[in-house]
Amino acid sequence: MSDHRAVVLILWAAGLLSLVALPSLVDEYHLLLATKIAALAIFAMSLDLLVGHAGLVSFGHAAYLGAGAYAGAMIAPEYGPAEVLFSLPLSVGVAALLALVLGAMCLRARGPYFIMATLAFAQMVYFGVNDAPWFGGSDGRLIDSRPVVGLGETVLLDFADPVAFYLLTATALVAVYLLLRRLTKAPFGRAVAGIRVNEDRMRALGYDTYRIKLAAFVLAGALAGLAGWLLAYEAEYVSPALLDWRQSGLVLMMVILGGRGTFYGPALGAATLVLLEEVLADLTPHWMLPLGLIVIVAVLVLPRGLAGLGRRGDHA
Amino acid sequence: MDPSFYLIQLLNGVQYGFLLFLVASGLTLVFGIMGVINLAHGSFYMIGAYLAFWLGGLTGNLLLAVLIALPIAFAVGLVVERFAVSFLYERSHLDQVLLTYGLILVFNELQRILWGSDVHAVPVPELLSASLPLTETQSYPVYRLFVSAACLVIAIALALVVKKTRLGMAIRAGAANREMAEVLGLDIDRLFAIVFGAGALMAAFAGMIAAPIEAVAPGMGDSILVLSLVVVVIGGIGSIKGAFLGAMAIGLVDTFGKALMPEFSGFLVYGLMGLSLILRPQGLFTRET
Repeated sequence: MSDHRAVVLILWAAGLLSLVALPSLVDEYHLLLATKIAALAIFAMSLDLLVGHAGLVSFGHAAYLGAGAYAGAMIAPEYGPAEVLFSLPLSVGVAALLALVLGAMCLRARGPYFIMATLAFAQMVYFGVNDAPWFGGSDGRLIDSRPVVGLGETVLLDFADPVAFYLLTATALVAVYLLLRRLTKAPFGRAVAGIRVNEDRMRALGYDTYRIKLAAFVLAGALAGLAGWLLAYEAEYVSPALLDWRQSGLVLMMVILGGRGTFYGPALGAATLVLLEEVLADLTPHWMLPLGLIVIVAVLVLPRGLAGLGRRGDHA
Repeated sequence: MDPSFYLIQLLNGVQYGFLLFLVASGLTLVFGIMGVINLAHGSFYMIGAYLAFWLGGLTGNLLLAVLIALPIAFAVGLVVERFAVSFLYERSHLDQVLLTYGLILVFNELQRILWGSDVHAVPVPELLSASLPLTETQSYPVYRLFVSAACLVIAIALALVVKKTRLGMAIRAGAANREMAEVLGLDIDRLFAIVFGAGALMAAFAGMIAAPIEAVAPGMGDSILVLSLVVVVIGGIGSIKGAFLGAMAIGLVDTFGKALMPEFSGFLVYGLMGLSLILRPQGLFTRET
């Protein structure tokens, strides 16, 4: 057991060190790629809270990513940077609110109905953004510059520097991971896991399972909104592709490929899929074809995901 | 607005509802009987439309193209069932959703490789290209009436097969209790293959006859899939009757929404689904949860 703990500590140290050292090792393009991976890792971990812990398979998680991204892009000034302390909470809040409204309806459905309902409502959001006149349509919307933390006229932290923005994203990644790990050990997290295993029994024990599931849904939506905000400012651009159902499928794939219920697994899955896409897109314009085949094969041969490769079944 | 406007929208809505029904009924049958959420079901619709475009261009005759395309679509369905979906019967819904999501990526990309990313138009067959005059200024295309009629015939045939034939009895038995049906000597593998192939066939046929009235374009399978899922959520999994009512409701709401309040038409359909989820979370017609 102490061996195990030492290994975990070393892995943590190595992981944190490489996160911090990365900016001095790679060029700007790859640093932004790492930022994108970190943001998508947050996105994947937020979905893992639903899929891996609550047992709620949401096929519409991109809606909340997109809500956070678009909220960040819409309030960004036409010229000059936005204020982080205003823009970021707004993005998270908008995503959480959307998750509250849609989750309240979707969670009335169970099992396969829930999957279909989340997918269909996410498409509603997609069409809403794509067709409405004020979001920039299918062309999306450019963001003038990355945000700052300021006090009055003085700029305290400027995230225009890719290194600074990367460090912000990496910090958010670690913070979200720790938050989610902490949460799963807290009474709320235990109740969420209990619902996955046997919802009827939890209800018989007096838990208001609908509310607990809704709370988990809103939290996952809020964290997806955070990921969306980071992703929007990483690319300095938002487009309806962020909300597309392919995005929902892709993040579900990150969770499953990485290994659901572990949080670090889905983060790993995010890195794997983004890098895979980079490599495949370099090789062929038809990279979706091999990606699709990889998805199919992964489902068939890796039911426990990458995180399950090293260990044997302790997670249902 | 005069009455003929409403008549035209009504006819369009019913016709769209019929097309949706052809796609959604296969989806709901595969789900109800085989227990598989097949997200790639919309791909069959797309394949049907592209086959009609391609073979129609080659032969110059849409009817001939449809006759050639139908067996191809059925074969595609059987291949997908045998080599992908049949691995999913014992797996979780999550695995089913993911694997069939992978299938969509493959189908969409194959479509792009084979036929490119352009939007294509398929000409209406000459025999059916006339229009019926409604008023001095407005008329209604015969082809759209033909689409509704063709779908109606298939819907009736489907209902008769399910209600009256031995195969239909097997399908209903399989849907009610798979293990029991198997114990009683039904060849479940064969039954599943037939149901899946028939579902693919109906979706592809819908795509073929829709090709002259809707644009044949990349992603067309995705949008019909999502609407079919809405239909299944409203109608209830495994219920043909529910699929029919759901499809008609969605077809009419969508068509009238687009005509009367185009800004919100995208929301209306989903609003209807939200309402249905609040009132009947398990769909209008469901036998089991």
